Amino acid sequence: MRHLRWFLGLIGILATLSAIIFLPLPSLLEWQSVFLKRAFFTLMLSGLFCLWRIVMGPTPADRAAALDIFGILILGFSAILGIPTGRDWYIDIGIAWALQSFISILALGKYLEGRRFDE
Amino acid sequence: MNEIIAYVFIGTGLVFDFFGCLGLVRFPDIYNRLHSSIKCVTLGTSSILFGLFLYKGFSPAGVKALLCIVFLVLTAPVSAHVLARSAHKSGVKLWEKSVCDKYEEDERVHS
Amino acid sequence: MVKTRITLFVLAFLLWIFLHWSVDAGHLAGGVLVGIFVSFMTAGLFKKDAGISRKSPSAITSSDFRSSMADYFILSHTVKNMKRYMWFFFYIPVFIWECLKANLEGAWRVAHPSLPIRPGIVKVKTTLKSDTGLTFLANSLTLTPGTMTVDIDRERGFLYVHWVDVKSEDIDKATELLVRRFERILKRIFE
Repeated sequence: MRHLRWFLGLIGILATLSAIIFLPLPSLLEWQSVFLKRAFFTLMLSGLFCLWRIVMGPTPADRAAALDIFGILILGFSAILGIPTGRDWYIDIGIAWALQSFISILALGKYLEGRRFDE
Repeated sequence: MNEIIAYVFIGTGLVFDFFGCLGLVRFPDIYNRLHSSIKCVTLGTSSILFGLFLYKGFSPAGVKALLCIVFLVLTAPVSAHVLARSAHKSGVKLWEKSVCDKYEEDERVHS
Repeated sequence: MVKTRITLFVLAFLLWIFLHWSVDAGHLAGGVLVGIFVSFMTAGLFKKDAGISRKSPSAITSSDFRSSMADYFILSHTVKNMKRYMWFFFYIPVFIWECLKANLEGAWRVAHPSLPIRPGIVKVKTTLKSDTGLTFLANSLTLTPGTMTVDIDRERGFLYVHWVDVKSEDIDKATELLVRRFERILKRIFE
């Protein structure tokens, strides 16, 4: 049963990945290279997994963990966006997002632990 | 040439990011999920940022990418640690096939 | 306190310069202003940790200030701690190598069909005492193969570590397997 599920999941992931790699994808920006466009969509697939865990997570701690991972992924998004557009301020957005995500995760952890915020 | 090395680093980072997020879906409890994903995503995103640095060279964006790597390596383990501790204190149980839980035993002894 | 403030000012100024990556008068002046602001606002947060000032801030005389400045900027400080910096630079490649191994192992575990994990939280001992050393040890344990720090007991010197593939529940054996390789180097850096 477990192996059957693994096999179905493998087929699904391989189908999605090959669709990302081989199909002509809609172009959101003026991409200079094809590789970066595919890379962007692969990263979006990883973000989809995080969103799955945020929606389906059985406990609040699971959701907070997925949120943390998603915040780090945003940093990767903005780093990749900085290359084809040639603009330097995309990485600034990434830095600000990562800092703010770290602080909010600390606050969430304190809240889950059941401590007061001014301790 | 620099561009090709940068693309290799970005590709490696993408693979690690992908496996990390897959671990977030596959593993059975919060500790294992955090455990697999925080490591893979930290190194993967660091690798992407290093690729950006190789692409941009010593320009403002490249140096910011290097600073971002330092920041990420210092803070990502801390957030994982905070989340694991708060999950344990808020009463999330380990997976039923787990071997041992010394932390819970000690908590019971001290309280 | 003065030493803490100077350190904070230098760090904030360097961070500002690195974030702008251009040396002209406007940026430098802005960096000095922001550095002074940051060092005066946040130096109080580091009072307990740094443990350097033995007098209250109002009792600092000018000779005190000068001696601490000299102690800070003169070469003897660097030469005295040269060995630590060397060990720190030795620590970085070790850490990167362990990190790479951890990631390959993690990817293998995720992709394996039958999910080969045997998780558990074990207890390990450490002999490190300083805050920075403990933080570095916990961070290294989190980013290296198979382990994640859950909590630190500073008074008794224990770390609670979530191990994804428990090889031994015994405290001494687990310490031998997990902590030794980092503790040897970190002890030389931070203590």
